[in-house]
Amino acid sequence: MSILVNEDTRVVVQGLGRAGLFHAEQCIRFGTDIVAGVHPGRGGQTALGFPIFDSLREAAAHARPNASVIFVPAAGAGDAILEAVESEVPLIVCITEGIPVRDMVRVAAAMRCSGSRLVGPNCPGVITPGKCKLGIMPGQIHEPGRVGVVSRSGTLTYEAVGQLSALGIGQSTCIGIGGDPIIGTSFIDVLEMFNLDPGTDGVIMIGEIGGSAEEEAAEFVKGQFNKPIAGFIAGATAPPGRRMGHAGAIISGGKGTASEKQAAMKAAGIAVAPTPAELATTLAQLL
Amino acid sequence: MKLHEYQAKDLLRAYGVPTPRGTVATTPGQAREAAARLGGKVVVKAQIHAGGRGKGGGVKLAGDADEAEAHAARILGMCLVTHQTGPEGRLVRRVLVEEQLPIEREIYLGVTLDRALARPVFMASAQGGMEIEEVAAENPEAILREPVGWAGLQPFQARRLAFGLGIRGDALKASVQAILAVARAYEENDASLVEVNPFVLTSDGRAVALDAKTDIDDSAMFRHPDLAELRDLDEEEPLETDAINHGLNYIKLDGNVGCMVNGAGLAMATMDIIQYAGGMPANFLDVGGGADSDQIKNGFRIILSDSNVKAILINIFGGILKVDVLAEGIVAAARELAIGVPLVLRLEGTNVEKGRQILAASGLDFIVAADMKDAARHAVARAV
Repeated sequence: MSILVNEDTRVVVQGLGRAGLFHAEQCIRFGTDIVAGVHPGRGGQTALGFPIFDSLREAAAHARPNASVIFVPAAGAGDAILEAVESEVPLIVCITEGIPVRDMVRVAAAMRCSGSRLVGPNCPGVITPGKCKLGIMPGQIHEPGRVGVVSRSGTLTYEAVGQLSALGIGQSTCIGIGGDPIIGTSFIDVLEMFNLDPGTDGVIMIGEIGGSAEEEAAEFVKGQFNKPIAGFIAGATAPPGRRMGHAGAIISGGKGTASEKQAAMKAAGIAVAPTPAELATTLAQLL
Repeated sequence: MKLHEYQAKDLLRAYGVPTPRGTVATTPGQAREAAARLGGKVVVKAQIHAGGRGKGGGVKLAGDADEAEAHAARILGMCLVTHQTGPEGRLVRRVLVEEQLPIEREIYLGVTLDRALARPVFMASAQGGMEIEEVAAENPEAILREPVGWAGLQPFQARRLAFGLGIRGDALKASVQAILAVARAYEENDASLVEVNPFVLTSDGRAVALDAKTDIDDSAMFRHPDLAELRDLDEEEPLETDAINHGLNYIKLDGNVGCMVNGAGLAMATMDIIQYAGGMPANFLDVGGGADSDQIKNGFRIILSDSNVKAILINIFGGILKVDVLAEGIVAAARELAIGVPLVLRLEGTNVEKGRQILAASGLDFIVAADMKDAARHAVARAV
């Protein structure tokens, strides 16, 4: 079992520029079923064996995708998400980094009255090892198994997965929720799904400085989460007021510090890894 | 991107927010002329991208043009130190010379993103002049909040704020209009913060933005070429600007272990593990997902231009960025730049074996670590 994506996931790729094409090919090699692409102006062509359409509505009518992955550049990515929402694609994964916040405020408003789920933006995507890869993560480091990984950061997710696989611990599903201030899917959303997934026995949750998503997740874990969970917060040494790469990773007004988040996690019974080199071993002790 | 106070006021004025009459001066003589034109009684304000200017001695009242000139002579060219500049301070290149106003009340107005609500929130407080963080910490109910919906801040919300602040009489209508204008300026300019602190009510019934602070969302600059022209490179750390121009994300810190990492989260985690190993990171540097050998070279150059750096830790988890390509870049950069400090490498991911062979075959003196913790220990031990 797994969450969000599996062998029945039928994917439409939005944005087939250099990055979109490259990653679409990588996904296909991993075994992902890509059924269509959308690239305005290239309707009627094919790429990597799948048909391209000018609009998502046409792609949806012809290929009946149940998930979308977006590589459209930042200036148009908000629009691409809204296009997928309009076509009622159930799962929308947006990889694009640097979408203006104002655009994401509008997207968030549209998501509230929609049945679609957005993962990201500014994220590596979602992968269920052995079944489906919807994103840009290196597929070969993953092993099928029973541990879920959820993270705000891309390469730090790979770090956790690499450590797990090295210990012989496979993963059920790994999700990068994204490093932006406004994202579609929160830690809590993912933890709720892992909680209900019979194929997930434990979870690694990786947060970072900025905002209060980790504190809210810790509050949820305290009350309702019933599986072992290990955590880590990146940015303990980050200075206040400086944005550390991710638009959302900033300590402002004394809020969003690593120590507050670690304290909240510990209070919720989450095993906090002392260093990022001990993500997998910290969880392994609980399994 | 941050705007200067005078630029933020120009912007707000264009939306109909009243501001004091004033002029920017770059010399004491200009400040004198400006003061004379404004009737002599003025305030001289240092223009730097940092708050707390008053406490640092960067804001002075003058009774006449002579005094304004003397204040400007002292402030221009000073290294103004505030709680936001760090101990080295910031060189003052301009002052804003403004009329003094008969202030009756000081109010705080601000708009920023509420991440939990995923929409902007307009904040107002009767405790103007104070840092909003202090008010929020000590007396959170003193801050009035109105979430901004998709149709923008509505007049009834602006009225609710103004009544909540106890504004009555002539100032009410002017305040409501100013609140709506501030919200519009935030929205239409892709701001991440607009703050008017203080917004003052005067004894002659006016409502005026006495100070203004505006930050623009960097991701939205492509929509605002006019605002891009307001960028002041003098206010930015030259190395950070240099890094951005090469597709890198660099922030200088105070330690002596330089680091080069792919991905923001892993870069922060690397800084953390350096500290855990007993050292201090010299920088944050994210080379991104698709770094090429040119970027690696520029990364080294930027890290090494900080003379505090005594060792460099490279931590790469190759996904899309292949480790062998990266290793070639490192070898080329090491040959070309004559890096004079120990290099500790921790490489993992796609084509890692090929990458390690390239490093070994280069004959250069790299320390190849087994994992992140090992890498941090080596780097800290050698950073002396």
